[in-house]
Amino acid sequence: MTAREGVSGRAVVGVEPESPDTTATTEWKQALSDIAREVRYRALEMIHWAGAGHPGGSLSVIDILVHLYFRAMNVRPETPQWDARDRLILGKGHATAALYAVLSRRGYMHDHVLHQYGEVRGPLQCHPDMHKTPGVDFSTGSLGQALSVAAGMTLAGCLRAARFHVYAVLGDGEMQEGQVWEAMRFTAERSLSRLICIVDYNGYQQSRATPEALPLERLAKQVEAFGWEVAVINGHNFEELEEGIAWARRTKDQPRCIIARTVKGKGVSFMEGDLSWHVRHPTHAELMVARQELLGQRH
Amino acid sequence: MREAFGRALVALGEQNERVIVLDGDVCGSTKAVYFKERFPNRFVQAGIAEQNMVGVAAGLAATGLLPYVTTFAVFATKRACEQISVAVAHANTNVRICGGYSGLSSGKAGATHQAIEDIAIMRAMPNMAVFAPGDDAELAQVMEASLTFPGPLYVRVGRNEVPAIFDRCHRFRPGEVYCLRQGGDVALIGTGGSTFVVLEAAELLAAEGIDAAVLHAPSLKPLEAEEIVAAVSATERVITVEDHNVIGGLGDAVASVLAQAHVHARLVKLGMQDTFGESGLEHELREVYGLSPRAVARVGAALCAARGAGMTGAWQI
Repeated sequence: MTAREGVSGRAVVGVEPESPDTTATTEWKQALSDIAREVRYRALEMIHWAGAGHPGGSLSVIDILVHLYFRAMNVRPETPQWDARDRLILGKGHATAALYAVLSRRGYMHDHVLHQYGEVRGPLQCHPDMHKTPGVDFSTGSLGQALSVAAGMTLAGCLRAARFHVYAVLGDGEMQEGQVWEAMRFTAERSLSRLICIVDYNGYQQSRATPEALPLERLAKQVEAFGWEVAVINGHNFEELEEGIAWARRTKDQPRCIIARTVKGKGVSFMEGDLSWHVRHPTHAELMVARQELLGQRH
Repeated sequence: MREAFGRALVALGEQNERVIVLDGDVCGSTKAVYFKERFPNRFVQAGIAEQNMVGVAAGLAATGLLPYVTTFAVFATKRACEQISVAVAHANTNVRICGGYSGLSSGKAGATHQAIEDIAIMRAMPNMAVFAPGDDAELAQVMEASLTFPGPLYVRVGRNEVPAIFDRCHRFRPGEVYCLRQGGDVALIGTGGSTFVVLEAAELLAAEGIDAAVLHAPSLKPLEAEEIVAAVSATERVITVEDHNVIGGLGDAVASVLAQAHVHARLVKLGMQDTFGESGLEHELREVYGLSPRAVARVGAALCAARGAGMTGAWQI
């Protein structure tokens, strides 16, 4: 299988013929879409309150996280430490606003807690802390480390004959870290196929467009060269996410990586594609415009 | 000491099936290979990729296993320094970092293979315990203690054989400092493979009529003050000996203990004097860098001869 472009509205590329159960297709997609809009607003609200956080990269990864936590992952929010759960490590740890808003919406914590984002001695650090926040499976913040930890968790699952999956969600800029490639090699060598890597390819890092360093096509080839199979999907299309994740879970030997094309700032017109929103924090007026765009039709 | 290390790993594997050993392609040197032969299914050859190895270990620990990362101390603590800090120390995972060929014990491999900053680096990390056993018997006890020790830890393991110091009655306890010899003139404190040097130095001093106390600090963090304060309060002269930079190692740890306890004493820190090492056998390097029994004894004798105001400033070896 080779990586191909699946971003321009075409069917997911790289996905094997048999597709997952898609009964009640429109309902679940609509439900996820509603949740994602709500979560987007929540995340921006948190960033506004805290005066901290990363709006652009949070908005780009939200559909991926919503799909994972509400559709793909086997988790029990009421028992976050349930041993047989699927696990997720957010390599791009700066997208905590997205992660916490999703975890809260999924039932890991009351939404009142979101007010404490970035508060001193609070439960919601601006980079994920597994000891402070329910539902965070591993602490991250320094880019490049998540895939290794995910490989360790997957290996532990193999050694313990457990059947959980581990999802590593990485940023596209993060792929410049050397450790990612150590982990890619290690995972493929050991056929840790229950590890699923999803790259949030939103095209921008803090100071430049990511393709300047690593165009998507070359990234896909690089991942393949390290022994993985790759599919490129639209990371804002729940149908493609559904098929892509189902495809990634079907392998028994070679690990599979999904490169999800996304839009930095997705869902808020004035943030989309504007690099300054990597770390900028919306004013109240900007938040209200975003609220109108995201929730306007329902509120 | 590496033979004892290899055997200790096997003993841990026999006691506890959660024990996993990871190797950075040096198991033939560190003797982690004994574990590989005995428990191939619980041995992870991580290859020459230390950063990933530490991350994998953290993932294993977070999923209920007890991983031992084994490689040379230089690569563990410097190449994978940030990974240890973030995924092990900050995440507070039960990863055991075992740094082999520590200090000058890697010998002829030279400066790039001599870990002389590892104690400083690892002590500075919150949550991290740092142990440097003095002989094979104590190493076995440190490893045994690591099975139940809560939180991450670093074990400093020398390459070479060291004379036995401890008998079966010795009991390693994290934090404890052991008084191996009473003495009222000067206190000599060693750690890891330097303690036997200190004991020999004390013998040489005894031949000159100087009564040296000998303390052994196998636990550099935590480090209990009581024995150090008691011994040095009596002697008012103390020499620390380590095959590590004098910045951030045993000497600084002891200085900190003494200062905080308001103990007035003259302290000489013997170790690498803020310099890198070079190729040479361990005993040759100990001569060159002033860390042999004779060198330590010389400093001890001079320190005892210099009464009161005679000595000021940095001690010249």
